[in-house]
Amino acid sequence: MIQFENVNKWYGDYQALVDVNETIAKGEVVVVCGPSGSGKSTLIRTINRLEPIRSGRITVDGQDIHARGIDLNDFRSHIGFVFQQFNLFPHLTALGNCTLAPIQLRGLKRAEAEERAMALLDRVGLAHKASAFPSELSGGQQQRVAIARALAMQPPLMLFDEPTSALDPEMVGEVLLVMRDLTREGMTMVVVTHEMGFARDVADRVLFMDAGRVLERAAPDDFFNRPQHPRAQQFLADIRTPFAHAV
Amino acid sequence: MIELVQTYWVYFLIGQYPKGPLGGLALTVLLAALGLVLALPFGLLLGMARVSPWRWLRWPVTTVAFVVRGTPLLMVVFWAYFFLPSVTGVKTDQFTTMLIALVVFDGIYIGEIVRAGILGVPRGQVESARSLGLGYGRAMRFVVLPQALRSMLPSLVNQFVSTIKETSLGYIIGLAEVSFIASQINTQVFTKPVQVYLVLGLTYFVMCFGLSRFAYWLEARTSRRTLVRSAPKAPA
Amino acid sequence: MRLATHPPMPFDYSLLLVGKYHDMLVAGFLLSLQLLAASLMLALPIALVVALLRLAPSAPLRWLGFAYVESIRNIPLLAHMLFWYFGAPELLPEDIKQRLYAGRIEAMSAIVALGLYTAAYMAEDIRSGIRAIPAVQMEAGRALGFGFLATMRRIILPQALRVTIPPLISQTLNLWKGTSIATVIGVAELMYQAGQVESATFRSAESFAFATAAYLTVSMIITGAASWYQHRFPPRAA
Repeated sequence: MIQFENVNKWYGDYQALVDVNETIAKGEVVVVCGPSGSGKSTLIRTINRLEPIRSGRITVDGQDIHARGIDLNDFRSHIGFVFQQFNLFPHLTALGNCTLAPIQLRGLKRAEAEERAMALLDRVGLAHKASAFPSELSGGQQQRVAIARALAMQPPLMLFDEPTSALDPEMVGEVLLVMRDLTREGMTMVVVTHEMGFARDVADRVLFMDAGRVLERAAPDDFFNRPQHPRAQQFLADIRTPFAHAV
Repeated sequence: MIELVQTYWVYFLIGQYPKGPLGGLALTVLLAALGLVLALPFGLLLGMARVSPWRWLRWPVTTVAFVVRGTPLLMVVFWAYFFLPSVTGVKTDQFTTMLIALVVFDGIYIGEIVRAGILGVPRGQVESARSLGLGYGRAMRFVVLPQALRSMLPSLVNQFVSTIKETSLGYIIGLAEVSFIASQINTQVFTKPVQVYLVLGLTYFVMCFGLSRFAYWLEARTSRRTLVRSAPKAPA
Repeated sequence: MRLATHPPMPFDYSLLLVGKYHDMLVAGFLLSLQLLAASLMLALPIALVVALLRLAPSAPLRWLGFAYVESIRNIPLLAHMLFWYFGAPELLPEDIKQRLYAGRIEAMSAIVALGLYTAAYMAEDIRSGIRAIPAVQMEAGRALGFGFLATMRRIILPQALRVTIPPLISQTLNLWKGTSIATVIGVAELMYQAGQVESATFRSAESFAFATAAYLTVSMIITGAASWYQHRFPPRAA
């Protein structure tokens, strides 16, 4: 479904992505992990062209996303993106956040859009908060609304950029639960995360990145128990025993 | 001082109305209010033009804004006064002239306020709007502007205070706003200039101080009600 | 004020470059610059004093500073000029009044009005600049044994200067534009002369173009100074 071919990205002189060649199949759940600054956020943001690339090719469902005639807005409306900072619209209620795009872009009537939105909010466990504003919601609740908002457009692909990194620990679980349910419905998902438990339980494949390169790709079981690349081994060791170096 | 006020308070408040055109304090307030109301849409368009992604729009507007902000308002009033009649073909009265000068001048400044408001909306808002598939126009209309306008409110009220003060320039082209009326009163009374101008100052003070306190209250209120519970920023 | 009710005439550049009217405009421009300089010299020390008043440890002093700023800022510059020209001289003793009227009272009233008005705005900018300096700096100074004013002078103000200069330059720009209002009390500055030239020759386009260009030139120099300063002395992180 998604294809990266020789993708390189620079910010000025700094190269954020180096020779990325990957394929993500429909229905796959791929987790991207790696140390800070490894380029994982950049990678996922190139998929819906929040970060444009000038070297290489990215195709989604066979379409080159940097092709000249492409309708970028239409393309993006078919991809759900969940941000680390939630980015809910503060002047709209939870329901309003979820109905804005369907009404404006899919031409749904308000009643239809609200029905769909309520069903989604119910699915993420927040139907009772439909008329609350983001400022009245906890971080975990906001992120769940953000997921519902993305799902309201019925996308075939969902992208998650460190969805739980900005949450207090006790709220991480409720968001991961929603994400896990999504995987059980066959949604194609690319998730950048540090949550290794989630990756082990739910991912079909793990991509490990460092310094802009994809250094290892494996099934979760293989990756966590038998990492091949030395950097991956070090990364996992650091996570498991964070104070190993501080002797 | 008391007899002064008692004798002239009507003239001070409404000028020669109804035996002549409206004047005095009423004219000042009317001119300022009308000027601001008309300048707002103009300023909104200018502000959006200043932040637009299209260079052919941004550069001319920025240049015009720069020129107008480097020129005294009085100069703009004179340009309007001397050239509007030849442009419109009709002899424009002082009120219309002053109004147009204020709308142009304040519109530019409101454009700056709008620009600052739009740029103040966090980038994540634009990204999430665009990620949903909303185009530039829709993202602006449904996501950015509602938030920007809310944050701009105190600045707009302060701009209204400035507009009220700017109406005083009508004096120079003979518009019978409150400063002009005060000088007329002074000419008639002749022996009490200090009192006359103190009353004038006090009048402006009450209006403008009241409004600026209101702006202050607005600002305190919007910063208390934080719109978004900010998520702590973690490294990517 | 008369309206220009004449048929359109071609733009006469010679008017702007040589001759009697050119000289009048230039004289007006120079007087405007003098007003700018004199008002600025009056405004800066007053602004500093008022800013310090607003930050003083004693409440009555703070209120005094607040009263100054609010009463000046909420009244238009034009009304200030009218007061200082028509009203204030009446309060002076007779002999001083006579001497003033014999001299250049219009310009002096304008300078007083402009100076006090600008000082009110600059005081707020200086106050913001001082408040940008962490409070612990004041505590450190007091702990060393310096009084309020001494701490201000030796520790706070030198640091606040960097942050305060750009807004002060911005106020200077406003002051420059404000000199045009002196025309209302008969000061023969640039705007006044432009009006005079227009009355004499009916050439409104030329005289106003000259005046506009003159205002813009100085405005650009002032704005350029601000950009240069911010480029050369960018705000330092504490």
